[in-house]
Amino acid sequence: MTNGEKNRLKDSIFKYIGVFACSIGLILLAIFIGNIIYDGFNRIDWSFLTSLPSRKAEKAGILTAWSGSLWIVIFTFIIAVPIGISAGVYLEEYNRKNKLTRLLEINISNLAGVPSIIYGLLGLEIFVRLSNLGSSVLAGSFTLALLILPIIIVATREALKAVPSSIRAASFGLGATKWQTTWYQVLPAASGGILTGVILAISRAVGETAPLIVVGALAYVPFTPKGPMDEFTVLPIQIFNWVSRPQHEFAINAAAAIIILLAITFTMNGIAVYFRNKWQKKINW
Amino acid sequence: MKYKLEAKNIDVFYGKLKALNNINIGITENAVTGLIGPSGCGKSTFLRLFNRMNDYIDSFKLNGDIYIDNTNIYDKSVLVDELRKNVGMVFQKPNPFPKSIFDNVAYGLKIQGINDKAFIKTRVKDALKQAALWEEVKDDLGKSALALSGGQQQRVCIARALAVEPSIILMDEPTSALDPIATAKVEKLILTLKEKYTIIIVTHNMQQAGRISDYTAFFYMGDLIEFDKTDTIFTNPKMERTENYITGRFG
Repeated sequence: MTNGEKNRLKDSIFKYIGVFACSIGLILLAIFIGNIIYDGFNRIDWSFLTSLPSRKAEKAGILTAWSGSLWIVIFTFIIAVPIGISAGVYLEEYNRKNKLTRLLEINISNLAGVPSIIYGLLGLEIFVRLSNLGSSVLAGSFTLALLILPIIIVATREALKAVPSSIRAASFGLGATKWQTTWYQVLPAASGGILTGVILAISRAVGETAPLIVVGALAYVPFTPKGPMDEFTVLPIQIFNWVSRPQHEFAINAAAAIIILLAITFTMNGIAVYFRNKWQKKINW
Repeated sequence: MKYKLEAKNIDVFYGKLKALNNINIGITENAVTGLIGPSGCGKSTFLRLFNRMNDYIDSFKLNGDIYIDNTNIYDKSVLVDELRKNVGMVFQKPNPFPKSIFDNVAYGLKIQGINDKAFIKTRVKDALKQAALWEEVKDDLGKSALALSGGQQQRVCIARALAVEPSIILMDEPTSALDPIATAKVEKLILTLKEKYTIIIVTHNMQQAGRISDYTAFFYMGDLIEFDKTDTIFTNPKMERTENYITGRFG
């Protein structure tokens, strides 16, 4: 075999390894989704979405679960987004680079990788007990906000970094203050990237289970939350609850609820991708 | 003779590196002053002293004084944003904001808190006319500035600087990213602007300095080697190093 033949052989071997690596994830996901849809799709109807949970599988619905999820997501959004974006803007635009801030930056990136159960324990101590919020929507939202803050901060910083410094120089050169430059030029130019990060972070929050179990979200709630201090459950916990029951009917319910949860996350990710593409097309530096 | 701008005993450090060494210079009002010299000689650093754009570099340190209209602009009482309304800047690469032509030129007024729409419109129109761009863009001021050609973008940037009515304009190699035709347009524009403004321009292009500047300063390795009327610098330089650079023997 000549060297050229060897190189071409290596090339095509790697190509097939790559195809294999890519398909593994996709195939498993496809099998999983196909299985879920086969089990649960026929179970989804209007009454499934609007019924309270019940001991009888055919009567049980996910009203409390998805409304709880909605409450949680809205409050998590309200808490995490302003804080996360402000922190990102500070670190990227205002912060002077020194050892202390570098330490801060590394730790924020590390926080994004901390297991979510740890955040649950932190939330249990700080929000449920010390702040006396109890196992409320608010306590859960604060906990999840903590969990997704690092993601939003990192995404904000990346988006701000992508804005060329010549734009800042131009704005400063006209006598703009740092705040005016950030508000009128840098943030609008980075908004697509920040929005993408925010939506991805929120869809992460939608799917989180562990920290909310620790905080004390209930498996069985016969009412929908009326306010931020009410107790709550969320879709993933409802799913977990149903899956752990022996009756086959509940497994079907779980499959149906999973379809709803996946639909929510896919929609949110889709929106994120849409905005990212729109933004990339608009600005060609 | 009174100078519009004066630099006295200027030393600039970036950390331990000395970028400028004991510079003294006086810049005449309503004239074009060219700063020339090889890359890394400190001419851009020197230019950016006049609107304090070096302040953002963490390791930057300045000794000496810069006076504009007899005010020391590095004095604690001077507000940097106010200073920059008087000292406009045009950058090496055209850097319009990703907004419409109109919004680009109006931005400097907007950040001053001016809301009078008729006033802003007049200023934008005047600035675009002064920048010799009005005829080309008057029908689509709402178009994104990024959709313009490089030469047009640079003139948008000049108009943007003019709209806030500065008295001084700093230009950092404003034509280095432009083709010869666009360069000729910008050079012609600079010659008309000097009637109203004091212009300092950094250029790599010797011929350009010869064509447009009234005074020329030659920098080398952080030192101001020679500063005189452009004619004198080009035809009868006192220093051998200046002559070598201008005739292309080094640099």
